[in-house]
Amino acid sequence: MVKAMNRREATAALLAARGDALVVSGLGSPSYDLHAAGDDARNFYLWGAMGGAALVGLGLATAQPGRAVIALTGDGEMLMGMGALATIGVAKPGNLSVVVLDNGHFGETGMQASHTGRGVDLAAAALACGFVEARTLTEMEEVRALAAPLAAPAAGPRLFVLRVAAEPLPRSLPARDAVFLKNRFRASLGLGVN
Amino acid sequence: MDDGRAGWPETVFAALKAADVRHMSYVPDAGHAALITRMSADPEIATHVLTTEEEGVAIAAGAWLGGVRSVILMQSSGVGNCVNMLSLPAMTRAPLLMLVTMRGEWAEFNPWQAPMSRATQTVLEAMGVRVLRADAPEDAAEAVAAAATMAYEADGQVAVLFGQRLLGRKTW
Repeated sequence: MVKAMNRREATAALLAARGDALVVSGLGSPSYDLHAAGDDARNFYLWGAMGGAALVGLGLATAQPGRAVIALTGDGEMLMGMGALATIGVAKPGNLSVVVLDNGHFGETGMQASHTGRGVDLAAAALACGFVEARTLTEMEEVRALAAPLAAPAAGPRLFVLRVAAEPLPRSLPARDAVFLKNRFRASLGLGVN
Repeated sequence: MDDGRAGWPETVFAALKAADVRHMSYVPDAGHAALITRMSADPEIATHVLTTEEEGVAIAAGAWLGGVRSVILMQSSGVGNCVNMLSLPAMTRAPLLMLVTMRGEWAEFNPWQAPMSRATQTVLEAMGVRVLRADAPEDAAEAVAAAATMAYEADGQVAVLFGQRLLGRKTW
């Protein structure tokens, strides 16, 4: 059996060539993983609003069509907002990629097995919803190879499931003040406070 | 049928244009049909059809992060779907403008619309959303213009409820 990837290493490798990409992360471990990869004004960390990460990404990708947008989420959040796959599949943003760090578990709440841990295939669901590319990655080499294309425009939305280990890691906590994060993010785009 | 109601969606559209709204997402309602058609035909407005209303709350927050003003169209039943996602505009203090067509409160034939209809304003206010109402066609655009100012210029979270009496009896 293949050893599952370390989520921190996978996230860091994936974002190694992000350029000026904008990144939204979902509550829990994806926000810690993004923060651990390097805090940045172009990161927007969610601490709640479960189910929203990919859709915040869609709104952002629509507002900023010239920028690559990456929504970094977990299997639990993606499962809660599976309708987002249909909404994004119809919207067809070529600058939005959804990355699911899939450990097959609800990691924040006691490591209960999630639906992906019981066989649900999010990449197949994304393809069925009209994503132009969707696949599951299990090797670090595949993740490293994805770093450059992830920051480049595509013909439509893409989804990548990164199969990562369910293991406890030290938390890497971004700021919790969403107004600060919002204003910092908007300032990085040259936008004012209001 | 021209009973004076027919023109209100056009006045609401003009109010949204005047507020520089460039994005609209929706779960359809018959009461919103004319406005959905009008906004979808405008090349300056991006639109997204949603599977559930809470998606629109998240999309609107993302649009604002990227500098674009968004509005969400839904029916009162959809407000219930939004509850936890309303944490997002509350915590980010991001503009939120929801236009909600009411069911279950005037000449309603479907009793299943009643529970969420009764709860709509309460639920919104419980999550910190300011509620304005328009019950007459001539009030609709003014209410939307006022709500747009509170949302986009004062970073408020605002819903405008279009009363079912304004919308007229549903015929089917």
